[in-house]
Amino acid sequence: MNLDSSVVGLSGEVFIFDVEFRHIRQFADAIGDPNPLYSDKAYAEQTKYGSVIAPPTFSVAFSGEGAELPIKLDERRMLHGEQEFINYRPIKLGDRLYCQRNISDLYEKEGKSGKMQFLVVDTEMKDEGGQMVAVNRMNIIYRGEKS
Amino acid sequence: MIAIDMNSLQEGQELQSLTKPAITKVQLVKYAGASGDFNPLHTDDAFAQQIGMDGVIAHGMLIMGFMGEYMMNIAGEIAEPTNFRMRFGAMSRPGDVITCSGKVEKVFEKDGKKFVSIQLRAQKSTEEVVGTGKCELRFS
Repeated sequence: MNLDSSVVGLSGEVFIFDVEFRHIRQFADAIGDPNPLYSDKAYAEQTKYGSVIAPPTFSVAFSGEGAELPIKLDERRMLHGEQEFINYRPIKLGDRLYCQRNISDLYEKEGKSGKMQFLVVDTEMKDEGGQMVAVNRMNIIYRGEKS
Repeated sequence: MIAIDMNSLQEGQELQSLTKPAITKVQLVKYAGASGDFNPLHTDDAFAQQIGMDGVIAHGMLIMGFMGEYMMNIAGEIAEPTNFRMRFGAMSRPGDVITCSGKVEKVFEKDGKKFVSIQLRAQKSTEEVVGTGKCELRFS
């Protein structure tokens, strides 16, 4: 069964994510990224950022946390096609982020093997004062059912 | 650090590339742990073979992580990314050497600030493209 437009606007519950130093360092280390903005507090404090920040793709480490979206998706049909990060400010060490996932769009395209659906899932991250920090936008290809 | 000089940026300019060390299986395990993506397709050869692959493949987001490293090297301390996106291409495997490259798309102003948009590409040494993307950097 294919998805219909009623899924657009569905959202999960708000969840909290605390940005920790060890997590940032491990994430940068796995990538093999030696940028001292992620690992050297004394260095980072002297930069325009004023503190250790997280690498630009860091939010993938928690965007899938929290409650499931209130729809049933078949993981075997899902393919991560595109990823986008929209930043209002960098994610910093010590941030407490209030995160919420929602389905922001559903659209169709004609592919090689018939009609393909694309699902856009946003995770919005706000700070404690309610200011938007960043949006993690996943574009998921939802392939047709094999008959 | 590659750090761009904002005064000399020209549309169409090719930026110095970044070649990463070959991807290793240990790296995929570390990335699984740090990112929380424990899909065994990235860490368990036997599982990957059961579903018809030759062996484990890299997380697509690891490749975007390489691209993020490259982007932040370019931005240095004079600019920061406001938008960063990537479309995933061919799969990467342990042993693959990935090179990230960029080309200035346009220099523009928005809300009184100067921006540059850069087209990004990640490819293997065989030139097979594993990801294409774009970022916008805002100068401070």
